[in-house]
Amino acid sequence: MTDDTGNLLFGPQPDVAGAAGYRGAPPRMGFFTDTSVCIGCKACEVACKEWNAIPEDGLELTGMSYDNTQGLGASTWRHVAFIEQRKPLGGQEPGVGHEDVDVFAAAGQLGTSPSSPDPGTTVAEVGSAPAGAPAGAISPVAPDGRTELRWLMSSDVCKHCTHAACLDVCPTGSLFRTEFGTVVVQEDICNGCGYCVPACPYGVIDQRPDDGRAWKCTLCYDRLGVGMEPACAKACPTDSIQFGPLDELRDRAAVGVARLHAAGVTDARLYGEDPGDGVGGDGAFFLLLDEPEVYGLPPDPVVTTRDMPDMWRHAVAAAASLAGLAALSFVRRPR
Amino acid sequence: MTESDVTRDGVKGARPGREAVTGEQAGRRRRRRGRGEKAMVPDAEFSSYYGKPILNKPTWKPLDIAGYLYLGGLAGASSLLAAGAQATSRPGLARTAKLGASGAISLSLAALVHDLGRPARFINMLRVFKPTSPMNLGSWLLAGYAPLTMAAAAADVTGRYRVAGATATVGAAALGPAVATYTAVLISDTAVPSWHEGYRELPFVFAGSGATAAAGLALACAPVRESGPARRMAALGAALELGSFQLMKRRMGLAAEPYGLGKPRGLLRAAEALTAGGAALAACAGRESVAGGRARLLAAGAALLSGSAALRFGVFHAGVASAEDPRYTVVPQRERLEAGERSGRSDVL
Ligand code: SF4
Ligand code: SF4
Repeated sequence: MTDDTGNLLFGPQPDVAGAAGYRGAPPRMGFFTDTSVCIGCKACEVACKEWNAIPEDGLELTGMSYDNTQGLGASTWRHVAFIEQRKPLGGQEPGVGHEDVDVFAAAGQLGTSPSSPDPGTTVAEVGSAPAGAPAGAISPVAPDGRTELRWLMSSDVCKHCTHAACLDVCPTGSLFRTEFGTVVVQEDICNGCGYCVPACPYGVIDQRPDDGRAWKCTLCYDRLGVGMEPACAKACPTDSIQFGPLDELRDRAAVGVARLHAAGVTDARLYGEDPGDGVGGDGAFFLLLDEPEVYGLPPDPVVTTRDMPDMWRHAVAAAASLAGLAALSFVRRPR
Repeated sequence: MTESDVTRDGVKGARPGREAVTGEQAGRRRRRRGRGEKAMVPDAEFSSYYGKPILNKPTWKPLDIAGYLYLGGLAGASSLLAAGAQATSRPGLARTAKLGASGAISLSLAALVHDLGRPARFINMLRVFKPTSPMNLGSWLLAGYAPLTMAAAAADVTGRYRVAGATATVGAAALGPAVATYTAVLISDTAVPSWHEGYRELPFVFAGSGATAAAGLALACAPVRESGPARRMAALGAALELGSFQLMKRRMGLAAEPYGLGKPRGLLRAAEALTAGGAALAACAGRESVAGGRARLLAAGAALLSGSAALRFGVFHAGVASAEDPRYTVVPQRERLEAGERSGRSDVL
């Protein structure tokens, strides 16, 4: 993998909109999805479906986890992954252990202290915060004070690649680069050839069977145009999905990952933020708490068109050998 | 998730194996290997998201797109035979090859349009000229090539406009090799592991396969006494196809595995046997009396035509299988990352 800076098919590309022919374009916009604060509420999935009027695409129970959405597709532009692991999560204290609580004694104390209110009480008095309210130890506890089980949640989305394979291979020009540096399908042009589907190294874009055309996240191009943030980022209650100029997001992400490392969460890492990676960096990048493949993300994606010049070279050589082979078939014994 | 109880002594009644195993064991699915099939690459451990594929698999219909690959090869190589036959005064061979090229390319265009989600918008393919899209370049190529084959065939059949027909034949022969091999770029230029990793050899495989198909058609339909070039083309094409396919599988590492499993395995075995057998039969038939040779050439032609088709379908299905299993995406990428890390690549976190 050579980093061919200046090669439009591969490598870092600081000004994507400029390279696509825009003059005086606004800064490149993107998403930073900080999965360490995602609570798996799926507000982003719902907001996306609502805003973009995406049709229902199956109500299935997978039985594998709380994730019944399963993956990105033509009618799923945000997907919240749920992962349940036997791995410690640094510094988290869910406080769900109640081994040392005698429930009968506790029941006998109802209404005698602010932390065990009367059944009739609904709201604690202002200023009388129950002192030891979240009582109880962490359960089960590892010697270093961490729980042994963790849930990872991550809201996946189109990466709006710097070098987007879907855009490169689209034969109709239906997929195009916007002035915000994002990648969008023009539904009135797409002829449903389906080439973009296997080209995407992340498995994002897909064809809608009944409609025939290809669909994916537009990074709410319509909202961006009028200065609004995308619906998912707007709906996210924990700011796990952050929207903004990519440079700003990258700075913010670097601070976030350093803070997590300092807190002992050594697993924390950024994914897709590096302009030197196989797709020239993602316009939508992530802070992950485990290897990317655990979240269903490819560990080292490369835009397929990086190898395009080499592919054509081989095809030309093959075409020449076919012509040579045919000529050879005619040279002997003309009758 | 709701059938278990959390008690003082821990969780009771939880169904085993319901949690997502991470790290070492995750994503391992027991795969059944075909009888006697040896793993080309040792099984590697890898993680995945509940075994779900990373890529979205191609939505192309096998009959349309594998058929498109096949017919393109048949047409492209037939145009070469047509020009050769025209130049060496073999009118029977020339007519077969010209009709074959125009028929095959018409069918292949029909298959391509039929596969579109919005066939009425086919013409959008020619809305732009886009060198980064093999399908766009291919459409322009076919837009030039298909009319040439039809003009050549029409001139031959009607016996009119001979000069124009001869020129069209030469033009079609000039574009033919590109028509036969560009389809390899078309499918290699995707993230599908078993297609992309073979991008160096696949054009040669398709060139050879196109040659055997065109030779097969000529052997089956052209007059026996003009079949010499087709017999030689069958032998040369079979050698190119089978040789470069072996080389490809050896070079592509883990991504070669889907070619040896399940449906693709059967198709590719059949392709090998039919192509090699057809070429051998054609070569033998040439040495015998004209009367016995006719039936043999017909059989050889049928074997070559179906062998080439089986190869395209085998390659198509192997690619789809490699996109459906996260293993073929994750393991090579993970290995690449680890190799990069060892050699001190700084951009890997
Ligand atoms: S290649 Fe995939 S992830 Fe990248 S912009 Fe296209 S659809 Fe999105
Ligand atoms: S399906 Fe539509 S968007 Fe995708 S490559 Fe074809 S024309 Fe372009």
